[in-house]
Amino acid sequence: MSSAPGTMPALLTVESLEMRYRPRNPGPSGSAVTALDGVLFAVAAGTTLALVGASGSGKSTLAQCLACLERPTAGTIQLDGLELTALSERKLRAVRPQIQLVSQDPYASLNPRLTALEIVIEPLEVQRRFSGAERAERARGLFERVGLSFRLAPRPVGEFSGGQRQRLAIARALALEPRLLILDEALSALDASVQAQIANLLLDLQQTSGLTYVFITHDLAMVARVADDVAVLERGRIVERGPVNQMMRRPAHAATLALFAATPRFVGPLGLQAGE
Amino acid sequence: MTRYILRRTGHAALLLVGVSLLTFLFTSLAPRDYLDEMKLNPQVSQGTLVALRAKYGVDQPLPVRYVRWATGLLRGDMGFSFAYGAPVASLLRVRARNTLLLTTIAMLFAWGVALPLGIWSAERESGWPDRLITFATGALLIVPDLVLALGLLLFAVRSGWFPAGGMAAVGVESLSWAARARDYALHLVLPVGALVLSTCPVLLRHVRAAILDVLDSSFIRAARGHGIPRRRLLYRYALRAAANPLVSLFGLSLGTLLSGSLIIEVVMSWPGLGPFLLEAILARDLFVVIGGVLLSTVFLVAGNLVADLLLYWADPRIRAERGGS
Amino acid sequence: MPAVVHCLMAPIIEVSDLRVSYSSRSGRDICALDGVTFSVAPGEVLGVLGESGSGKSSLAASLLCLLPPNGRIVSGSIIFEGRNLVRACEGDLRKIRGRRISLIFQEPGLVLHPALRVADQVGEVVRAHETLGARAREAKTRAVLESVFGAGAQRIAGSYPHELSGGQRQRVLVAQAIVCGPSLLIADEPTASLDPVTQAEILALFRKLQRALGIALVLITHNPALLAGFTDRILILYAGGVAECGLASELLSRPKHPYTQALLDCLPLWPAPPGARSRLPVIAGDAPDMTLLPPGCRFEPRCPARMDACTAREPAPTAFGAAHSVSCFKFGG
Repeated sequence: MSSAPGTMPALLTVESLEMRYRPRNPGPSGSAVTALDGVLFAVAAGTTLALVGASGSGKSTLAQCLACLERPTAGTIQLDGLELTALSERKLRAVRPQIQLVSQDPYASLNPRLTALEIVIEPLEVQRRFSGAERAERARGLFERVGLSFRLAPRPVGEFSGGQRQRLAIARALALEPRLLILDEALSALDASVQAQIANLLLDLQQTSGLTYVFITHDLAMVARVADDVAVLERGRIVERGPVNQMMRRPAHAATLALFAATPRFVGPLGLQAGE
Repeated sequence: MTRYILRRTGHAALLLVGVSLLTFLFTSLAPRDYLDEMKLNPQVSQGTLVALRAKYGVDQPLPVRYVRWATGLLRGDMGFSFAYGAPVASLLRVRARNTLLLTTIAMLFAWGVALPLGIWSAERESGWPDRLITFATGALLIVPDLVLALGLLLFAVRSGWFPAGGMAAVGVESLSWAARARDYALHLVLPVGALVLSTCPVLLRHVRAAILDVLDSSFIRAARGHGIPRRRLLYRYALRAAANPLVSLFGLSLGTLLSGSLIIEVVMSWPGLGPFLLEAILARDLFVVIGGVLLSTVFLVAGNLVADLLLYWADPRIRAERGGS
Repeated sequence: MPAVVHCLMAPIIEVSDLRVSYSSRSGRDICALDGVTFSVAPGEVLGVLGESGSGKSSLAASLLCLLPPNGRIVSGSIIFEGRNLVRACEGDLRKIRGRRISLIFQEPGLVLHPALRVADQVGEVVRAHETLGARAREAKTRAVLESVFGAGAQRIAGSYPHELSGGQRQRVLVAQAIVCGPSLLIADEPTASLDPVTQAEILALFRKLQRALGIALVLITHNPALLAGFTDRILILYAGGVAECGLASELLSRPKHPYTQALLDCLPLWPAPPGARSRLPVIAGDAPDMTLLPPGCRFEPRCPARMDACTAREPAPTAFGAAHSVSCFKFGG
């Protein structure tokens, strides 16, 4: 079910994205650090692009730039034709609801003292578009969409498990009806069985709401199950890109091959180990 | 790193200029000056007063007086005390030395008690030693310095074990070296005691809080998992990790070495900087006041700088941030 | 990897019917481990597979009797080198920790002292257990850092933890754990926060050291893929109890317990077969609430193969040959 590039309109286009900054403690290599060095890709609407890479490849910086939490030093990010990098902060605020970020650590990204309801309602309150009753109604709908029982709404987030928190984070991200979701290692901190549940949730949401995902991870096995296209990031550049089936059959670049070799083999029950 | 120190010293210099200006200003705003007081003395003639006024430029406008004083300071001349008839610098030196004797000994005792007791108390959190110490420190915190000092004085008078005030007995110079030392020591006990009782509780509570904060950490648990013995765990691991707030506190202790003991010195007649400054303010002895305030400020600023440097030395993460090492 | 037939050799550690509980502020005790029994043979690699709430971290901590203040070992025994650790005094335990049994905690970033150099932190472990002079200690520290880092050990020795990468910090933990030559090493999620390349490196390091030093290794993780090809036997923990235990090759290819089966089913395969993009099988429901456990089998609410008998009481372990046991009513119980 992979999408051939070019047949569907691109929702997100990134061109020549660069991110350089001066660290306060300059290392031996000189003064500026280049986190992103000419990143170029496009994501078709309603599809999932997986961005994979080892630590230090620039994945997190890219996530921050795509979610408009940091401004790149050069390059463009276009959302459905609209040039985001050229917008002023005020104009950008109007566009923010369309791109939402779900981060890795379900324990750090949600305030444990707020109740689940407060977490989900917060973006609605900030945007000031809905009345109190409408907000409560929307919140109920969001809980349902992510598979959380609304009975959990008044409980403080501190009592939730990792999987439940991640569902809550997704509910909060969906509150403003975004078109693009940036998932920055959103499954990595979860147990194996919970990862499967959340991955299914994301697939279902994509089917029903036509969401577009940028799925940043280093778990290649999960990428094969969830993504339509894959881009491999190494030292701030995309070194290989293509539909997921093609990549899985014939990886070419050294960085990709390294990731492939490092991912632990798993052939599942009824398969036999090649053994050591 | 050197750039940082230079920058801080530059700030400190600016601060001192500002403080001296303000002090000058405030003392000038106070009604009357020393020479006005002298007017009331029938033995001093009008001519003398006029001559003195001219000599010290007391009637000059404020900026001129300030510049005269500042240029004098750069030459090491802190001005002249009207009341004592002597250069301010030499007077301050003696008094500051007396205060430092008192406060340094008190600070060493205070920290020497606060550290082990604070650590011990934190280790046995909610046990009876901890509750007892918390109660005792709480009680001491409520009692004002003044009452503590008076209480100790009362004890001295009633028991007769310790002299009730002063720094040395009359005629102490004629005693042998050992007897003189003993005399000084006896005179030190109560003022030091008062200072320790007033400063130690705060220190102890901070030590306790800092250690408690750290004892829960994963690295302490991991060190226990490696079989590190208890004492080493507390001192080498916990205290080291809890050093940050304590180092800042230590810097503050250093900073208040000259200024923190005023009440106790006054009550116990300790011939230190405190009573001296107080007298000078009441007598409008201008140059003494400015000199004393400036000296205290120097210590305060130096104490803060030392605290920052100690923090830089103690915590490698701060070192990394600042771009050193 | 040759399978270790553990009944022929005396086990290095024997855990019998271990029960651990935590007291909570609400007054109700949470039972983290409820009758766990297993043993580890000398030089064996045992994988402990458990998800959140299974009690795996409690298990790791209790093997050293190092539970947090609100936890305690309620009953059971841990026999190590002829001694029951549950009854040992703190002084004896301190001599064992780091010297005979070493535990590598999770999250190396938090587990290393932030203000001590690497060489000092390894040296402290030596100092705690051996009476060596400073120079001998330094030599020993240097030797272990070289075996773990290879070239570049010198630079690492003088560094602080915040200057190191995640993989490097993990290696420091390994160095601390093996420096006094323990006979049993317990690694709690050693690769949790690492990317695949570093993960593979750390696992290779474990393999190399385990073979060279003949240490018994207990590897605790929630990811079954890590255990394939590396462990001799695997223990499956669910909700504080042992669901299944057996040879790794057997258990991963022909799991018996419904939980093991369901867990292995929901893992994406690698290498990925073509056209793999699809929903994953899941285990229905959520992780069990350890304060409200059902009276019968703990997996029963989520079990696809549940029967009426499953709600009555907890199943007892049934043995399949010398090495495999399952706690499930499908096989007796």
